[in-house]
Amino acid sequence: MYIKDAPVILSAEAITKQFPGVLANDKVNFDLRKGEVHTLLGENGAGKSTLMNVLYGLYKPDSGHIHIDGKPVTFTSPKDAIANGIGMVHQHFMLIPVFTVAENIMLGSETTRNGVLDIRAVSKQVRELSHTYGLDVDPDALVQDLPVGIQQRVEIVKALYRKANILILDEPTAVLTPQEADDLFQIIRRLTEQGVSIVFISHKLKEVLAISDRVTVMRTGKVVGTTTPQEVNEAKLAAMMVGREVILKVDKKPAKPGEPVLSVSDFSVMDSRGVEVVKKISFEVRSGEVLGIAGIQGNGQTELAEALTGLRKVHGGRVILNDKESTGRPPRQLIENGLGHVPEDRQRHGLVLPFAIADNMMLCTYYQEPFAQKGVLQNQAIDANSRKLIEQFDVRTPSPYVSAGKLSGGNQQKVIVARELSRPIRLLVANQPTRGLDVGSIEYIHHEIIDMRDKGIGVLLISAELDEIMALSDRIAVMFRGEIVATLPAAEANREQLGLLMAGATHK
Amino acid sequence: MEWKRFGFIAFIIVALFSIVVLIGQARDPIPTIIISMAATTISVATPLTLGALSGVFSERAGVVNIGIEGMMLTSAFFGWFGAIYFNTILKFEAMPSLILGVVIAVLAGALMGLLHAALSITFKVDQVIGGTVINILAIGITGFFNRQLFFEKNSIFGGNVPHAPGTLPSVGQVPFLANVPILSNLQPIAILAIVLVFISTFVLFRTRWGLRTRAVGEHPRAADTVGINVSFMRYVNVIISGCLAGLAGAYFTLESVPSFEPLMTNGRGFISLAAMIFGNWTPLGAWAASLVFGAAQALQINLQFYRELIPPSLSLLQYPYIVGLTPYILTMLILTGIIGRTVSPAADGQPYEK
Ligand SMILES: Nc1ncnc2c1ncn2[C@@H]1O[C@H](COP(=O)(O)OP(=O)(O)OP(=O)(O)O)[C@@H](O)[C@H]1O
Ligand SMILES: [Mg+2]
Repeated sequence: MYIKDAPVILSAEAITKQFPGVLANDKVNFDLRKGEVHTLLGENGAGKSTLMNVLYGLYKPDSGHIHIDGKPVTFTSPKDAIANGIGMVHQHFMLIPVFTVAENIMLGSETTRNGVLDIRAVSKQVRELSHTYGLDVDPDALVQDLPVGIQQRVEIVKALYRKANILILDEPTAVLTPQEADDLFQIIRRLTEQGVSIVFISHKLKEVLAISDRVTVMRTGKVVGTTTPQEVNEAKLAAMMVGREVILKVDKKPAKPGEPVLSVSDFSVMDSRGVEVVKKISFEVRSGEVLGIAGIQGNGQTELAEALTGLRKVHGGRVILNDKESTGRPPRQLIENGLGHVPEDRQRHGLVLPFAIADNMMLCTYYQEPFAQKGVLQNQAIDANSRKLIEQFDVRTPSPYVSAGKLSGGNQQKVIVARELSRPIRLLVANQPTRGLDVGSIEYIHHEIIDMRDKGIGVLLISAELDEIMALSDRIAVMFRGEIVATLPAAEANREQLGLLMAGATHK
Repeated sequence: MEWKRFGFIAFIIVALFSIVVLIGQARDPIPTIIISMAATTISVATPLTLGALSGVFSERAGVVNIGIEGMMLTSAFFGWFGAIYFNTILKFEAMPSLILGVVIAVLAGALMGLLHAALSITFKVDQVIGGTVINILAIGITGFFNRQLFFEKNSIFGGNVPHAPGTLPSVGQVPFLANVPILSNLQPIAILAIVLVFISTFVLFRTRWGLRTRAVGEHPRAADTVGINVSFMRYVNVIISGCLAGLAGAYFTLESVPSFEPLMTNGRGFISLAAMIFGNWTPLGAWAASLVFGAAQALQINLQFYRELIPPSLSLLQYPYIVGLTPYILTMLILTGIIGRTVSPAADGQPYEK
């Protein structure tokens, strides 16, 4: 294959980057050949984003060298990296919501005519790029009005506009629907055909095997090895990443459902624009069972979860949680009634990013014993609680007093899951609980969720990952355009049938 | 949304003008009253307009500036001092002295801006505290130098309050502008302020500098990732903010009255901030809001001419203090957001850390 003989256009040698208490990159070697997709795989906190930020000039490495086309380069800011043809789509997008697509794209590399921004010229160029690479974006749209899939395209166009021939994609598929992810893969193929080289980061082994030419695995800041999809399979990759065998299949006993812990009837919710997006739905979650809500994102799942957890106004209907009337009650009352919640947007609804991990780990119950006594916080109890959970959930951090915002994306997620699962809850609403997690952590959290179920807790699982829904659920409800179009026992469900239902085909 | 805002502004201005017209028409023709009100409105709105523009530049770049009041006061003092120094000690003519006074006021503002930038960007001091420091510092500095320079026996002026070179003349002095209504009554800083409103709009929304400024105020990290130097952009914009506040300061002592008094800015810097917010952080909106406050003040001033004409049923209007409350009551009304919410730049007030 030609990729093997293609010239190396980027190489990083012995990159080392130390953060307070963490050696994020430890003499990392990495190279990229022209026109290839080189995937970087590794556990949460392995140092992938750090390495990419070094290559993009955002972090200055403590030691090590970078070569582009064989010539040594030093980057003091992303400007230098951009000038050397590197573009990056960050794990958390770097777009300005109140700017238009064209403004976002030209920012930092503006075209002007007599000192006036030449939006027309930029729009034209954006349209041309869209056309060449099949990246359909409207230059005049405001970014805040666009779905994430399109925002991501804007990010890619932004890099191409700067004439990037090396494109770094940091977990691009974590926030995409399966359809959007397929579109992205098409785009990636087209880009590589045109000679663009791509560094791809993902935790989803299936897509890694499908899209990559080479895969480099990192663990705790070091490179473990580089391989090709032909030489490995999912289980082998997982083992390389985690350093042990990972059971990719969830092992679970049949459920023993008891009394309902959540019953919802004629429940209606509006979205922020006042459109009814959850339409008079009714369902029950019983203790000791997992009810999975399958559906393509944007069919009302987000609003359903928010309304059930007190974060959004209930428009109509009734909710009984743990035998108590709970319709439209505030989050604190729901929490005291035994609700646990893993929210979809971890940075917005799950964590106070500037707070220490220890504080984030008791955020729902900070005013209760043992965390507070007579209104005074008990630092010992807070400390002990966080140390226990960090150990138990394998949160990779040098100390419980690092602010949550400094953790890697996956470790932020673990902090939330740890907090919610460690409380005495009766119902867990988990929305995309494993988004952005590595396989080892997914295995652990899946195991915990099933454990909770076996202890008699009811679980409402919302996930865009059909595999996750099928692996964990005892019953599966399919949501389409705000309605539950079918509910079936997990044992009877198969992918094809669920896929059809999710796309709107009527049940039987 | 924007129409509602500008409609409300137009409504208030018309209402304030109408009160004066209704009372004054017994003595003067209506066009005369309107022209006089308009000229007073634009003139007294000048420091507010400049102050609001000052706020727009700083906050659009992500730095909250509540030190505008102090920056104005400092510049008012040093501009005045400069003009007198050139006039009495260096024996410059009045006009060049006044112009150099304006330049010194703007430079003083720039220095205050630099101080605020250093505190909030380099030292990451809480920006509200930084601004408060500037306000307190301004009172101290101006009070101290005012005493030392003008009331001490052994100062350069020898203990006598020197004769000031007057104020900047109205542009009616220029022959071909003499007969243009309203304009002929205005003085240079007032006209410059209006010109700056349009220049600022152009700079912020049509140029590279403006795009980058707004980017660092909305999402500094995103700006950083495309190679924009966030600290540099913020520094320069806060200094621009200081220059504009400095020009506003010059208005007080070189254009409005030929004297300096301690605390003479009298909260105008804070009202400017209200105008900036009400104007939704845009130069045009901020100007319109400043005109509302200007009109309220013009009402107070013009009603004094017609005091004896005020009918007994409106006797409340005879008390200048009560009429003088109008701008403050308007400020409170506007800040409650009843006339449409405003959205501040997303990273306003947040220091940027890599
Ligand atoms: N700015 C920072 N300050 C301090 N520590 C940091 C910072 N950024 C990252 N780290 C630490 O460096 C380590 C590597 O983080 P990095 O974000 O590179 O992980 P990652 O491989 O991208 O993980 P994930 O898959 O979860 O995104 C983590 O332990 C993280 O806590
Ligand atoms: Mg990462």
